[in-house]
Amino acid sequence: MKPRYLALAAALFGVSVLALGAAEAKPVKWASAGDALTIDPHGQNEGLTTSVNQHMYESLTERDHAGKLHPLLASSWKVLPDDPTTWEFKLQEGVKFHDGSPFSADDVVFSYERAMQPTSDFKGYLTSVEKVTKVDDQTVRIKTKGPNPLLVNNTSSIRIMSKAWAEKNNATKAQDFKNKEENFAVRNANGTGPFVLVSREADVKTVMKRNENYWAKAKVPLEITELTYVPIKQDATRIAALLSGEVDFVQDVPVQDIARLKSQPKIRVTSGPENRTIFFGMDVASKDLKGDNVEGKNPFADQRVRQAMNMALNRQAIQRVVMRGESIPTGIILPPFANGWTKELDAAPATDVAKAKALLAEAGYPNGFSVTLHCSNDRYINDEGICQAAVGMFGQIGVKVNLVSQSKSIHFNLIQKNPPETEFYLVGWGVPTFDSDYVFSYMYHSRTGSQGSWNATGYSDKDVDAQIQTLSKEIDIAKRDATIAKIWAKVKDETIYLPIHHQSLSYGMNSTLDIPVDVSNNPKLKMVSFKGS
Amino acid sequence: MLAYILRSLMQGLVVMLAVAFIAFSMFRFVGDPVVNMLGQEATLQDRAELTERLGLNDPVPLQFARFVADAVRGDFGISYRQGRKVSSLILERLPATVELAVLSAIFAFVTGIVFGVYAAIRRDGWIANVVMSVSLIGVSLPTFLIGIGLIYIFAVELRWLPSFGRGDTVQIGWWSTGLLTVSGLKSLVMPVLTLGFLQLTLVMRLVRSEMLEVMRADFIRFARARGIPERRIEFRHALRNTMIPVITIAGVQLGGVIAFAIVTETVFQWPGLGALFVNAVQFVDVPVMSAYLLFVAFVFVLTSLLVDIVYVALDPRLRGGTLVPAK
Repeated sequence: MKPRYLALAAALFGVSVLALGAAEAKPVKWASAGDALTIDPHGQNEGLTTSVNQHMYESLTERDHAGKLHPLLASSWKVLPDDPTTWEFKLQEGVKFHDGSPFSADDVVFSYERAMQPTSDFKGYLTSVEKVTKVDDQTVRIKTKGPNPLLVNNTSSIRIMSKAWAEKNNATKAQDFKNKEENFAVRNANGTGPFVLVSREADVKTVMKRNENYWAKAKVPLEITELTYVPIKQDATRIAALLSGEVDFVQDVPVQDIARLKSQPKIRVTSGPENRTIFFGMDVASKDLKGDNVEGKNPFADQRVRQAMNMALNRQAIQRVVMRGESIPTGIILPPFANGWTKELDAAPATDVAKAKALLAEAGYPNGFSVTLHCSNDRYINDEGICQAAVGMFGQIGVKVNLVSQSKSIHFNLIQKNPPETEFYLVGWGVPTFDSDYVFSYMYHSRTGSQGSWNATGYSDKDVDAQIQTLSKEIDIAKRDATIAKIWAKVKDETIYLPIHHQSLSYGMNSTLDIPVDVSNNPKLKMVSFKGS
Repeated sequence: MLAYILRSLMQGLVVMLAVAFIAFSMFRFVGDPVVNMLGQEATLQDRAELTERLGLNDPVPLQFARFVADAVRGDFGISYRQGRKVSSLILERLPATVELAVLSAIFAFVTGIVFGVYAAIRRDGWIANVVMSVSLIGVSLPTFLIGIGLIYIFAVELRWLPSFGRGDTVQIGWWSTGLLTVSGLKSLVMPVLTLGFLQLTLVMRLVRSEMLEVMRADFIRFARARGIPERRIEFRHALRNTMIPVITIAGVQLGGVIAFAIVTETVFQWPGLGALFVNAVQFVDVPVMSAYLLFVAFVFVLTSLLVDIVYVALDPRLRGGTLVPAK
């Protein structure tokens, strides 16, 4: 009996508080298919983890939903005029962590050093960094091993935590799996962000409340009073939860449900391109393919074969049928908002079966050949459907494709093995730095120690490699852009990959909200303002 | 008696070891945890380093020995996905699954027996026929569809019940229960129905056919000849004899319900062990997967041990039979 009276009293109290005209509670429940893996800001570099963590932890800079870089904890930055290898960041004043302690340069130095440790998943963004030093409480300098014109682009990914808090709670290192110990920061948070962690139950829910002392309160609406993140794995259940009003915002709406949601008066659906391009890769270097029926030769090594296959792809049909209109067909593996993208590069060859067949015959395969295609079935939007459609299209020009689609944990392993265990595969690539260099170094650079780790095509061109390497040191932007254009012209002509489309995303929400699709798929809920009500 | 139970225990131990080995060796083929743990920026060197840190380069027998030794001590390592102790993850998830499983087992057995008996006694009545036809649907419809169907009717259209999750829970020691709050109870309804439905139809059909069998037996005919009232024959004599096989399968069924609540938990986003396992598989979270498989094997070994003991208690013939060779 007691708890019921307590609940009643609490309810009455709540009503009377509302009646007195106190701030109206505006909670938002937000759902997506998976959960954040950890809330340690340097533990896992993964989309959903970042989406959730950025509401509690902030970085020196941030990107808006269109991908444009803005200052956040840093108010300004510049490359030192007399030293092109050193960046100087001026920090915001009056910023406080959730526990009330002030934010200063020490925290930035600490966080960058933490993110550079071997156990951190973010060290890849900071490989060019030599040293991070404090000049004074409001100034930090980052010295790079050579001139790095793009360093500031990476700062939006490195989140800042409190040095004192991490030291006090013995969480100065990102999680290391070998020591078999939990890390305090995996379940507890203390950032400078717009929301404060209330409770965290992995795979169940993460509750945050509005940070009433948020330093940048004047710059953002910050109307949500309580933000709850819930993972709902099943598509049907997730959409049902939105329809029944149990959740207010669904980050991943399956394409087959978009039309149905749009027809509901109380539901809003927003769509837009994601920072991710989907494409096929081919083994262009091996002497002989294992999975084909051609002895002693590799058909993919012939540029004409690759061009023929590129021509066989009917991108419009994939967009219309497989993606139900929710994708942007393309001829380049770089999303539209990244530096180096042009309309000309994005143009794909027209689908032309006759011409493709002629090209194949010219290359010595008048009757085509057969080959195995590896595809994921749980990573990208309708990935398996794309592959099935492509199999039919390649079949029209006589290339018989044997499709193997499997879970991402097996699929990506094939691509990443050295040497790769696939000769023809589907992959999608996002560009967090919003610059072509990122695509070049992972997808086109020869596979050596730190580069080309996702280049399973075997493509290796000394000239291209040398040009790619100049990009990370060239500080003359015009000169650098010219090199980027030159590299794209060459690799596009070589047809190393077969681009399919830029992936689109759809968010579903209760119509009092209007959340635009974020190109990095990290919706920023501090920007939400309620409509009507 | 003691020897009989000891032998059951030994068998259980062998089963556990075999499952441990199968689980362990299977994981070498499900994928590479390193790929999931490192972001897309990882270099070849990062991958090599992490593989080494996880101990994946050691010889397989050594990895297995380490796995068994740790498991015996209850140490299943750190989840690759969540960075937390697997043993505490499993303990945290256990209450949700146990409450779901026990409630759906009770639901299945009570309703199953009631309908089964009814269908046997009034085998030509129209209600009995309807019940039998509906049970056919129950056997043939996949759990997944039943769950989604319930969600659309009761959550989306009628808005009576929540479509996902466990509602509010109350913490009693390390056990979190949803049985003491209104939202917790509401959240239980649909998952319990979904998970119990298949069991219900199985129990009902078993009770019906056993009962019909017993009703044809000689001792029932003799009882009728002696003029004992029909009611008394049905409930005293027939039902009692029907219950023996039903009760013995109950234990095994409960083990099955706990182990295979995976589909129901996924559909309702129920934060139990099944959902934990599904997430672990997608992420190739080997420590969690192996711990879960061992847990399932343990539940089966334990329930079949209990069933063995119940057999001995119920059937005196078994008691003599095993004691003799032991002497």
